[in-house]
Amino acid sequence: MEWSVFQQYGPSLLRGFGNTIICWALGTVFAMALGLVIALIQRYAPRWVTWFVQAYIEVIRGTPFLVQLFVLYYGGPLVGLRLDALPAGLLGLTIYGSPYFAEIFRSGFRAVPHGQIEAARAIGMAETDIVRRILLPLGLVSSLPALVNFSIILTKETVILSIITVPELLYQVQRMSAETFRYVEANLVLALFFWGLVETISRVGRRLETRITKHLIERT
Amino acid sequence: MFSLAVFFHSFGPLLWAARYTLLISVLGIGLGLVIGTVICAARLSPYPLLRRFAAIWVSFLRGVPLLVQLLVFYYTLPVIGLDVPAMVAAVVTVGICASAYISEIWRGAIAALPTGQAEAAVAIGMRPVDVWTRVILPQAVTLSLPALINELILLVKASSLVSVVGILEITRASQAQAATTFRPLEVYIAAACIYLLINLCLAALGRYLEHRTNV
Repeated sequence: MEWSVFQQYGPSLLRGFGNTIICWALGTVFAMALGLVIALIQRYAPRWVTWFVQAYIEVIRGTPFLVQLFVLYYGGPLVGLRLDALPAGLLGLTIYGSPYFAEIFRSGFRAVPHGQIEAARAIGMAETDIVRRILLPLGLVSSLPALVNFSIILTKETVILSIITVPELLYQVQRMSAETFRYVEANLVLALFFWGLVETISRVGRRLETRITKHLIERT
Repeated sequence: MFSLAVFFHSFGPLLWAARYTLLISVLGIGLGLVIGTVICAARLSPYPLLRRFAAIWVSFLRGVPLLVQLLVFYYTLPVIGLDVPAMVAAVVTVGICASAYISEIWRGAIAALPTGQAEAAVAIGMRPVDVWTRVILPQAVTLSLPALINELILLVKASSLVSVVGILEITRASQAQAATTFRPLEVYIAAACIYLLINLCLAALGRYLEHRTNV
């Protein structure tokens, strides 16, 4: 094993890690936002609109992320959508994650007791207020564990962005190993690194979860 | 703009390549079932060392992206003297990765069974082997069928990643097709359609099985 390679390539690996974190964080936030919008549309829009949204969900969930990225990055320019690798990757992550988040929010909303909403209507709250003050606070808390879980899954999906040349961690590692022929060490270290990252994030996530849902456990 | 001719023409080669996608997914889930059952048994065994090993196995394989696992496997095997075809390496990697998820599916299904079932079996004097093969496992298998179909759908999608190590499945074939026709949009959308078709069929199968086992 030749560890000096890692020192030599330190800066580019760090940059790659930075890009991985940026893609993951922004991708998760955008995908969550889009997912929330989709879940609200499904709840309130007229029937024919929800039908289109359902088709979108099925198509995105039924196709591999890699193929979606290819359509976006290589097919996009044919219809005038010309994006650099990083923005294309971000957009791809947003689109890929949104239906999963939408389903999580949807079941979160379903967990809100119907009596709460009826009570709000009975005292004359506007429908937008009901969403803002009843549906969202209660629904978001009950969908938190699933949200954390899927955000962790998205960290692992970021490595697929390397295939469309987004300069994230795996991309930098592959460049390094191609230049130094240290494929075995580089990939093993990367695997261990991801293991540590995912374990750490899930620990933090679980702590956050127990903290926010503490009041629910105490009551039951 | 959107050339329907290219779109329809790419279905031929892509459908032909789909057999590798199906082969990798089905062999992968088969291998995953075998290893996953062993890992689950280790996880539930009374020996702390085995339990610890199984826990690390599951945590590692669920923590590392499949693409990285593929690359590790693909580059490490020749170094330790195992010269296997790419196809074998791909199936083994996909199967090992699936084993972690499948062992958790088994564990969940077994945990979902009422403990009274096993207790009753022991009380009427069944041997431990019979308790497992006649009471616990048949029910656990039925309970976990929908989750297993779901895992198969995930594997069909995950198998697109083995294109990276050069196996001519749907994704790799569409890359080649896109390179020769210069119409990536149509070709990749055609590839997406095939994946969608496979997965919709599997999802329908899953719903059917779930419905049947509910009755």
